[in-house]
Amino acid sequence: MAMTVHVDIVSAEEQIFSGLAEFVALPGEAGELGILPGHMPLMTRIKPGAVRVKVPDQAEEELVFVAGGILEVQPGLVTVLADTAIRGKDLDEAKALEAKRMAEEALQNKSSELDYAKAQAELAEAIAQIAAIQKLRKRGH
Amino acid sequence: MASGKEIRTKIKSVQNTRKITKAMEMVAASKMRKAQDRMRAARPYADKIRRLAANLSQANVTDYKHPFLVHKDQVKRVGLILVTTDKGLCGGLNTNIQRVALNAMKEWNANGVSDIRACCIGNKGFGFMQRMGANVVSHVVQMGDTPHLEKMIGPVKVMLDAFQNGELDAVYIAYTRFINTMKQEPVLEQLLPLSGEQLGTPDSSWDYLYEPDPQVVIDEMLVRYVEALVYQAVAENMASEQSARMVAMKAASDNAKTVIGDLQLVYNKTRQAAITKELSEIVGGAAAV
Repeated sequence: MAMTVHVDIVSAEEQIFSGLAEFVALPGEAGELGILPGHMPLMTRIKPGAVRVKVPDQAEEELVFVAGGILEVQPGLVTVLADTAIRGKDLDEAKALEAKRMAEEALQNKSSELDYAKAQAELAEAIAQIAAIQKLRKRGH
Repeated sequence: MASGKEIRTKIKSVQNTRKITKAMEMVAASKMRKAQDRMRAARPYADKIRRLAANLSQANVTDYKHPFLVHKDQVKRVGLILVTTDKGLCGGLNTNIQRVALNAMKEWNANGVSDIRACCIGNKGFGFMQRMGANVVSHVVQMGDTPHLEKMIGPVKVMLDAFQNGELDAVYIAYTRFINTMKQEPVLEQLLPLSGEQLGTPDSSWDYLYEPDPQVVIDEMLVRYVEALVYQAVAENMASEQSARMVAMKAASDNAKTVIGDLQLVYNKTRQAAITKELSEIVGGAAAV
Protein backbone atom coordinates (compact mmCIF):
# COMPACT_ATOMS: atom_id res chain seq x y z
CA MET A 1 0.00 0.00 0.00
CA ALA A 2 1.20 3.46 -0.85
CA MET A 3 2.25 5.84 1.90
CA THR A 4 -0.48 8.15 3.06
CA VAL A 5 -0.82 11.35 5.01
CA HIS A 6 -3.82 12.52 7.02
CA VAL A 7 -5.48 15.54 5.47
CA ASP A 8 -7.91 17.88 7.19
CA ILE A 9 -9.58 20.70 5.34
CA VAL A 10 -11.66 22.87 7.66
CA SER A 11 -13.29 26.26 7.43
CA ALA A 12 -14.60 28.30 10.33
CA GLU A 13 -18.11 27.26 9.40
CA GLU A 14 -17.67 23.54 8.70
CA GLN A 15 -15.35 20.59 8.23
CA ILE A 16 -14.88 20.11 4.50
CA PHE A 17 -12.64 17.08 4.19
CA SER A 18 -10.95 14.71 6.57
CA GLY A 19 -9.15 11.50 5.65
CA LEU A 20 -6.06 9.85 4.28
CA ALA A 21 -4.42 10.91 1.05
CA GLU A 22 -1.45 9.91 -1.07
CA PHE A 23 -0.86 13.34 -2.46
CA VAL A 24 -2.18 16.87 -1.99
CA ALA A 25 -1.80 19.73 -4.44
CA LEU A 26 -2.73 23.28 -3.57
CA PRO A 27 -2.10 26.86 -4.64
CA GLY A 28 0.52 28.22 -2.25
CA GLU A 29 1.46 31.84 -1.79
CA ALA A 30 4.69 31.37 -3.73
CA GLY A 31 3.35 28.90 -6.27
CA GLU A 32 1.64 25.55 -6.69
CA LEU A 33 2.56 23.14 -3.90
CA GLY A 34 2.53 19.37 -4.05
CA ILE A 35 2.69 17.60 -0.72
CA LEU A 36 3.63 13.95 -0.36
CA PRO A 37 3.66 11.98 2.88
CA GLY A 38 6.67 12.83 5.04
CA HIS A 39 6.93 16.43 3.92
CA MET A 40 8.87 18.64 6.31
CA PRO A 41 6.97 21.03 8.60
CA LEU A 42 5.76 23.97 6.59
CA MET A 43 3.41 26.83 7.13
CA THR A 44 2.23 29.10 4.39
CA ARG A 45 -0.64 31.14 3.11
CA ILE A 46 -2.62 29.75 0.25
CA LYS A 47 -4.26 31.62 -2.56
CA PRO A 48 -7.85 31.21 -3.70
CA GLY A 49 -8.08 28.11 -5.86
CA ALA A 50 -8.58 24.39 -5.92
CA VAL A 51 -7.10 21.91 -3.46
CA ARG A 52 -6.66 18.50 -5.07
CA VAL A 53 -6.51 15.49 -2.80
CA LYS A 54 -5.50 12.07 -4.16
CA VAL A 55 -7.40 9.60 -2.04
CA PRO A 56 -6.10 6.00 -2.02
CA ASP A 57 -8.11 3.46 -4.03
CA GLN A 58 -9.98 6.17 -5.82
CA ALA A 59 -9.23 7.03 -9.41
CA GLU A 60 -10.58 10.57 -9.30
CA GLU A 61 -9.06 13.23 -7.12
CA GLU A 62 -11.16 15.03 -4.56
CA LEU A 63 -11.50 18.69 -5.50
CA VAL A 64 -12.11 21.36 -2.90
CA PHE A 65 -12.26 25.03 -3.73
CA VAL A 66 -10.93 27.37 -1.10
CA ALA A 67 -11.03 31.14 -0.93
CA GLY A 68 -7.54 31.26 0.50
CA GLY A 69 -6.37 30.35 3.95
CA ILE A 70 -3.44 28.83 5.76
CA LEU A 71 -1.68 25.53 5.19
CA GLU A 72 0.16 23.67 7.89
CA VAL A 73 2.20 20.60 7.12
CA GLN A 74 3.65 18.14 9.61
CA PRO A 75 5.27 14.88 8.52
CA GLY A 76 2.08 12.86 8.98
CA LEU A 77 -0.50 15.59 8.89
CA VAL A 78 -1.70 18.24 6.46
CA THR A 79 -4.10 20.87 7.74
CA VAL A 80 -5.76 23.40 5.51
CA LEU A 81 -7.51 26.22 7.36
CA ALA A 82 -9.75 27.49 4.60
CA ASP A 83 -11.26 30.94 4.56
CA THR A 84 -14.95 31.26 3.97
CA ALA A 85 -14.54 34.56 2.22
CA ILE A 86 -12.05 35.99 -0.22
CA ARG A 87 -9.56 37.83 1.93
CA GLY A 88 -6.97 40.41 1.27
CA LYS A 89 -5.36 43.24 3.13
CA ASP A 90 -7.20 45.88 1.11
CA LEU A 91 -10.49 44.03 1.29
CA ASP A 92 -10.25 43.63 5.05
CA GLU A 93 -9.25 47.25 5.36
CA ALA A 94 -12.27 48.31 3.32
CA LYS A 95 -14.53 46.23 5.57
CA ALA A 96 -13.05 47.78 8.69
CA LEU A 97 -13.49 51.28 7.25
CA GLU A 98 -17.07 50.47 6.32
CA ALA A 99 -17.71 49.26 9.87
CA LYS A 100 -16.23 52.45 11.29
CA ARG A 101 -18.31 54.61 9.00
CA MET A 102 -21.48 52.76 10.03
CA ALA A 103 -20.66 53.27 13.69
CA GLU A 104 -20.12 56.98 13.16
CA GLU A 105 -23.34 57.27 11.22
CA ALA A 106 -25.20 55.49 13.99
CA LEU A 107 -23.64 57.86 16.49
CA GLN A 108 -24.86 60.88 14.54
CA ASN A 109 -28.33 59.42 14.22
CA LYS A 110 -28.39 58.61 17.89
CA SER A 111 -30.23 61.76 18.90
CA SER A 112 -32.94 61.26 16.31
CA GLU A 113 -33.36 57.63 17.33
CA LEU A 114 -33.53 58.62 20.96
CA ASP A 115 -36.14 61.25 20.09
CA TYR A 116 -38.09 58.61 18.26
CA ALA A 117 -38.00 56.26 21.24
CA LYS A 118 -39.04 59.11 23.51
CA ALA A 119 -41.88 60.11 21.23
CA GLN A 120 -43.03 56.51 21.10
CA ALA A 121 -43.04 56.29 24.89
CA GLU A 122 -45.01 59.54 25.14
CA LEU A 123 -47.50 58.31 22.58
CA ALA A 124 -48.01 55.07 24.51
CA GLU A 125 -48.60 57.08 27.67
CA ALA A 126 -51.12 59.34 25.95
CA ILE A 127 -53.01 56.35 24.56
CA ALA A 128 -53.15 54.80 28.02
CA GLN A 129 -54.51 58.06 29.43
CA ILE A 130 -57.20 58.25 26.78
CA ALA A 131 -58.20 54.66 27.45
CA ALA A 132 -58.42 55.38 31.18
CA ILE A 133 -60.54 58.47 30.61
CA GLN A 134 -62.89 56.55 28.34
CA LYS A 135 -63.30 53.85 30.95
CA LEU A 136 -64.09 56.44 33.61
CA ARG A 137 -66.67 58.08 31.33
CA LYS A 138 -68.37 54.75 30.68
CA ARG A 139 -68.62 54.11 34.35
CA GLY A 140 -69.96 57.62 34.96
CA HIS A 141 -72.87 57.28 32.56
CA MET B 1 -68.70 40.07 37.63
CA ALA B 2 -67.92 40.46 33.94
CA SER B 3 -70.58 39.48 31.48
CA GLY B 4 -70.39 36.27 29.45
CA LYS B 5 -69.61 38.04 26.22
CA GLU B 6 -66.66 39.92 27.69
CA ILE B 7 -65.15 36.74 29.06
CA ARG B 8 -65.62 34.98 25.75
CA THR B 9 -63.74 37.75 23.94
CA LYS B 10 -61.00 37.57 26.50
CA ILE B 11 -60.67 33.79 26.09
CA LYS B 12 -60.52 34.22 22.34
CA SER B 13 -57.71 36.74 22.58
CA VAL B 14 -55.67 34.59 24.98
CA GLN B 15 -56.19 31.62 22.68
CA ASN B 16 -54.83 33.64 19.78
CA THR B 17 -51.80 34.67 21.82
CA ARG B 18 -51.23 31.05 22.68
CA LYS B 19 -51.34 30.06 19.03
CA ILE B 20 -48.59 32.56 18.30
CA THR B 21 -46.36 31.55 21.21
CA LYS B 22 -46.86 27.88 20.34
CA ALA B 23 -45.83 28.53 16.74
CA MET B 24 -42.79 30.52 17.87
CA GLU B 25 -41.84 27.69 20.19
CA MET B 26 -41.88 25.19 17.36
CA VAL B 27 -39.98 27.47 15.01
CA ALA B 28 -37.34 28.05 17.68
CA ALA B 29 -37.09 24.30 18.32
CA SER B 30 -36.29 23.55 14.69
CA LYS B 31 -33.89 26.49 14.41
CA MET B 32 -32.21 25.44 17.61
CA ARG B 33 -31.21 22.10 16.14
CA LYS B 34 -29.62 23.80 13.16
CA ALA B 35 -27.89 26.37 15.33
CA GLN B 36 -26.43 23.60 17.49
CA ASP B 37 -25.17 21.77 14.42
CA ARG B 38 -23.49 24.92 13.20
CA MET B 39 -21.92 25.44 16.59
CA ARG B 40 -20.49 21.93 16.46
CA ALA B 41 -19.37 22.36 12.86
CA ALA B 42 -17.25 25.31 13.93
CA ARG B 43 -15.38 23.26 16.50
CA PRO B 44 -12.86 21.41 14.28
CA TYR B 45 -11.57 24.69 12.91
CA ALA B 46 -11.26 26.20 16.38
CA ASP B 47 -9.41 23.10 17.63
CA LYS B 48 -7.03 23.03 14.68
CA ILE B 49 -6.20 26.69 14.82
CA ARG B 50 -5.72 26.56 18.58
CA ARG B 51 -3.22 23.73 18.19
CA LEU B 52 -1.46 25.64 15.45
CA ALA B 53 -1.28 28.76 17.56
CA ALA B 54 0.09 26.69 20.43
CA ASN B 55 2.84 25.30 18.20
CA LEU B 56 3.61 28.78 16.96
CA SER B 57 3.76 30.42 20.35
CA GLN B 58 6.46 27.92 21.34
CA ALA B 59 8.36 27.80 18.08
CA ASN B 60 8.86 31.51 17.68
CA VAL B 61 9.41 33.02 21.06
CA THR B 62 12.91 34.20 20.23
CA ASP B 63 12.77 35.96 16.90
CA TYR B 64 9.28 37.43 16.62
CA LYS B 65 6.61 38.29 19.12
CA HIS B 66 3.26 39.32 17.78
CA PRO B 67 1.52 42.25 19.54
CA PHE B 68 -1.45 39.95 20.28
CA LEU B 69 0.79 37.97 22.60
CA VAL B 70 2.26 40.91 24.51
CA HIS B 71 0.80 41.50 27.93
CA LYS B 72 0.62 45.03 29.31
CA ASP B 73 1.34 45.71 32.96
CA GLN B 74 -1.33 48.33 33.29
CA VAL B 75 -4.70 48.10 31.65
CA LYS B 76 -6.00 51.59 31.02
CA ARG B 77 -8.01 51.22 27.85
CA VAL B 78 -10.31 48.31 27.22
CA GLY B 79 -12.27 47.05 24.25
CA LEU B 80 -15.44 45.03 24.70
CA ILE B 81 -17.10 42.88 22.09
CA LEU B 82 -20.69 42.35 23.16
CA VAL B 83 -22.53 39.50 21.47
CA THR B 84 -26.30 39.65 21.73
CA THR B 85 -29.28 38.62 19.65
CA ASP B 86 -30.99 40.66 16.99
CA LYS B 87 -34.49 39.86 18.14
CA GLY B 88 -36.19 39.78 21.51
CA LEU B 89 -38.66 37.34 23.04
CA CYS B 90 -35.95 35.01 24.25
CA GLY B 91 -36.34 35.27 28.00
CA GLY B 92 -33.62 36.88 30.07
CA LEU B 93 -30.81 36.06 27.64
CA ASN B 94 -29.94 39.58 26.56
CA THR B 95 -30.67 41.13 29.94
CA ASN B 96 -28.25 38.72 31.59
CA ILE B 97 -25.40 39.34 29.20
CA GLN B 98 -25.99 43.09 29.32
CA ARG B 99 -25.82 42.96 33.10
CA VAL B 100 -22.50 41.12 32.89
CA ALA B 101 -21.21 43.74 30.46
CA LEU B 102 -22.46 46.58 32.62
CA ASN B 103 -20.86 45.18 35.78
CA ALA B 104 -17.59 44.67 33.93
CA MET B 105 -17.68 48.25 32.68
CA LYS B 106 -18.39 49.56 36.18
CA GLU B 107 -15.50 47.54 37.53
CA TRP B 108 -13.14 48.78 34.85
CA ASN B 109 -14.16 52.36 35.59
CA ALA B 110 -13.51 51.76 39.28
CA ASN B 111 -10.07 50.34 38.48
CA GLY B 112 -8.98 53.39 36.57
CA VAL B 113 -9.80 52.37 33.03
CA SER B 114 -10.25 55.63 31.19
CA ASP B 115 -11.38 54.51 27.77
CA ILE B 116 -13.87 51.76 26.96
CA ARG B 117 -14.66 51.00 23.37
CA ALA B 118 -17.44 48.68 22.37
CA CYS B 119 -18.07 46.52 19.36
CA CYS B 120 -21.63 45.27 19.26
CA ILE B 121 -22.69 42.11 17.50
CA GLY B 122 -26.47 41.96 17.49
CA ASN B 123 -29.19 44.57 17.55
CA LYS B 124 -30.08 44.35 21.23
CA GLY B 125 -26.60 44.97 22.52
CA PHE B 126 -26.14 47.78 20.05
CA GLY B 127 -29.24 49.56 21.30
CA PHE B 128 -28.19 48.94 24.90
CA MET B 129 -24.70 50.36 24.39
CA GLN B 130 -26.13 53.43 22.66
CA ARG B 131 -28.52 54.04 25.50
CA MET B 132 -25.63 53.69 27.92
CA GLY B 133 -23.75 56.32 25.96
CA ALA B 134 -20.82 53.96 25.41
CA ASN B 135 -18.27 54.57 22.70
CA VAL B 136 -19.43 52.14 20.03
CA VAL B 137 -16.69 51.92 17.42
CA SER B 138 -18.27 49.23 15.29
CA HIS B 139 -21.31 47.00 15.13
CA VAL B 140 -22.95 44.22 13.17
CA VAL B 141 -26.71 43.82 13.16
CA GLN B 142 -29.18 41.71 11.20
CA MET B 143 -26.99 38.63 11.11
CA GLY B 144 -29.88 36.32 10.24
CA ASP B 145 -29.99 32.74 11.41
CA THR B 146 -26.61 31.71 10.04
CA PRO B 147 -23.58 33.51 11.38
CA HIS B 148 -21.25 34.46 8.56
CA LEU B 149 -17.64 35.18 9.31
CA GLU B 150 -17.54 37.56 6.39
CA LYS B 151 -19.87 40.03 8.10
CA MET B 152 -17.77 40.05 11.24
CA ILE B 153 -14.36 40.60 9.70
CA GLY B 154 -14.67 44.37 9.39
CA PRO B 155 -16.13 45.24 12.79
CA VAL B 156 -13.77 42.89 14.62
CA LYS B 157 -10.82 44.25 12.67
CA VAL B 158 -11.57 47.72 14.01
CA MET B 159 -10.95 46.30 17.50
CA LEU B 160 -7.90 44.27 16.52
CA ASP B 161 -6.35 47.26 14.76
CA ALA B 162 -6.90 49.43 17.80
CA PHE B 163 -5.19 46.80 19.93
CA GLN B 164 -2.34 46.38 17.50
CA ASN B 165 -1.76 50.14 17.34
CA GLY B 166 -1.58 50.28 21.11
CA GLU B 167 -4.85 52.18 21.49
CA LEU B 168 -6.27 49.38 23.61
CA ASP B 169 -4.57 47.36 26.36
CA ALA B 170 -7.03 44.48 26.44
CA VAL B 171 -10.03 43.23 24.52
CA TYR B 172 -12.82 41.25 26.13
CA ILE B 173 -15.73 39.40 24.64
CA ALA B 174 -19.10 38.92 26.35
CA TYR B 175 -21.47 36.30 25.02
CA THR B 176 -23.88 33.62 26.18
CA ARG B 177 -22.33 30.21 26.34
CA PHE B 178 -24.51 27.30 25.37
CA ILE B 179 -24.47 24.56 27.99
CA ASN B 180 -27.65 22.71 27.14
CA THR B 181 -31.15 23.47 26.01
CA MET B 182 -32.27 24.51 29.46
CA LYS B 183 -29.11 26.24 30.57
CA GLN B 184 -27.18 29.10 29.03
CA GLU B 185 -24.54 31.06 30.82
CA PRO B 186 -23.43 34.64 30.24
CA VAL B 187 -19.64 34.79 30.16
CA LEU B 188 -16.99 37.46 29.85
CA GLU B 189 -13.68 36.29 28.44
CA GLN B 190 -10.43 37.96 27.67
CA LEU B 191 -9.75 37.84 23.96
CA LEU B 192 -6.55 39.85 23.72
CA PRO B 193 -3.77 39.63 24.62
CA LEU B 194 -3.83 35.90 24.07
CA SER B 195 -2.84 34.04 27.15
CA GLY B 196 -0.51 31.07 27.08
CA GLU B 197 -2.74 28.63 28.92
CA GLN B 198 -5.56 29.47 26.55
CA LEU B 199 -3.49 28.08 23.73
CA GLY B 200 -2.50 24.94 25.53
CA THR B 201 0.75 23.07 25.19
CA PRO B 202 2.31 22.32 21.82
CA ASP B 203 2.56 18.79 20.44
CA SER B 204 6.34 18.88 20.31
CA SER B 205 9.04 21.41 19.65
CA TRP B 206 10.13 22.05 16.10
CA ASP B 207 10.02 25.02 13.84
CA TYR B 208 8.17 25.33 10.60
CA LEU B 209 9.40 26.34 7.25
CA TYR B 210 7.60 29.59 6.56
CA GLU B 211 6.54 30.89 3.22
CA PRO B 212 6.96 33.77 2.43
CA ASP B 213 8.27 34.70 5.91
CA PRO B 214 7.35 33.92 9.53
CA GLN B 215 5.97 37.33 10.40
CA VAL B 216 3.39 37.45 7.62
CA VAL B 217 2.17 33.93 8.28
CA ILE B 218 1.97 34.43 12.04
CA ASP B 219 0.12 37.71 11.61
CA GLU B 220 -2.46 36.11 9.35
CA MET B 221 -2.81 33.09 11.56
CA LEU B 222 -3.38 35.01 14.76
CA VAL B 223 -5.96 37.29 13.17
CA ARG B 224 -7.82 34.20 12.00
CA TYR B 225 -7.44 32.66 15.42
CA VAL B 226 -9.11 35.62 17.07
CA GLU B 227 -11.80 35.68 14.42
CA ALA B 228 -12.42 31.99 14.94
CA LEU B 229 -12.90 32.66 18.66
CA VAL B 230 -15.36 35.44 17.90
CA TYR B 231 -17.15 33.26 15.38
CA GLN B 232 -17.41 30.47 17.92
CA ALA B 233 -18.87 32.92 20.44
CA VAL B 234 -21.45 34.11 17.93
CA ALA B 235 -22.38 30.56 16.96
CA GLU B 236 -22.83 29.63 20.63
CA ASN B 237 -24.83 32.76 21.21
CA MET B 238 -27.19 31.84 18.39
CA ALA B 239 -27.70 28.33 19.73
CA SER B 240 -28.37 29.87 23.15
CA GLU B 241 -30.80 32.34 21.63
CA GLN B 242 -32.92 29.68 19.98
CA SER B 243 -32.99 27.46 23.08
CA ALA B 244 -33.84 30.39 25.32
CA ARG B 245 -36.59 31.45 22.95
CA MET B 246 -37.97 27.95 22.83
CA VAL B 247 -38.05 27.70 26.62
CA ALA B 248 -39.54 31.19 26.99
CA MET B 249 -42.23 30.50 24.43
CA LYS B 250 -43.04 27.15 26.02
CA ALA B 251 -43.51 28.90 29.36
CA ALA B 252 -45.70 31.52 27.67
CA SER B 253 -47.84 28.83 26.02
CA ASP B 254 -48.22 26.99 29.32
CA ASN B 255 -49.20 30.20 31.10
CA ALA B 256 -51.72 31.00 28.40
CA LYS B 257 -53.21 27.56 28.86
CA THR B 258 -53.66 28.16 32.61
CA VAL B 259 -55.22 31.55 31.98
CA ILE B 260 -57.62 30.04 29.46
CA GLY B 261 -58.58 27.34 31.96
CA ASP B 262 -59.28 29.90 34.68
CA LEU B 263 -61.28 32.11 32.37
CA GLN B 264 -63.31 29.15 31.12
CA LEU B 265 -64.19 28.30 34.71
CA VAL B 266 -65.32 31.87 35.40
CA TYR B 267 -67.29 31.88 32.17
CA ASN B 268 -69.09 28.65 33.01
CA LYS B 269 -69.90 29.88 36.48
CA THR B 270 -71.33 33.14 35.18
CA ARG B 271 -73.39 31.30 32.60
CA GLN B 272 -74.78 28.93 35.19
CA ALA B 273 -75.51 31.75 37.58
CA ALA B 274 -77.45 33.54 34.84
CA ILE B 275 -79.48 30.41 34.08
CA THR B 276 -80.22 29.77 37.74
CA LYS B 277 -81.26 33.36 38.17
CA GLU B 278 -83.62 33.20 35.20
CA LEU B 279 -85.09 29.91 36.40
CA SER B 280 -85.75 31.18 39.88
CA GLU B 281 -87.35 34.28 38.40
CA ILE B 282 -89.67 32.16 36.31
CA VAL B 283 -90.49 29.91 39.24
CA GLY B 284 -91.02 32.94 41.47
CA GLY B 285 -93.25 34.54 38.83
CA ALA B 286 -95.29 31.35 38.40
CA ALA B 287 -95.73 31.03 42.16
CA ALA B 288 -97.02 34.61 42.36
CA VAL B 289 -99.66 33.94 39.71
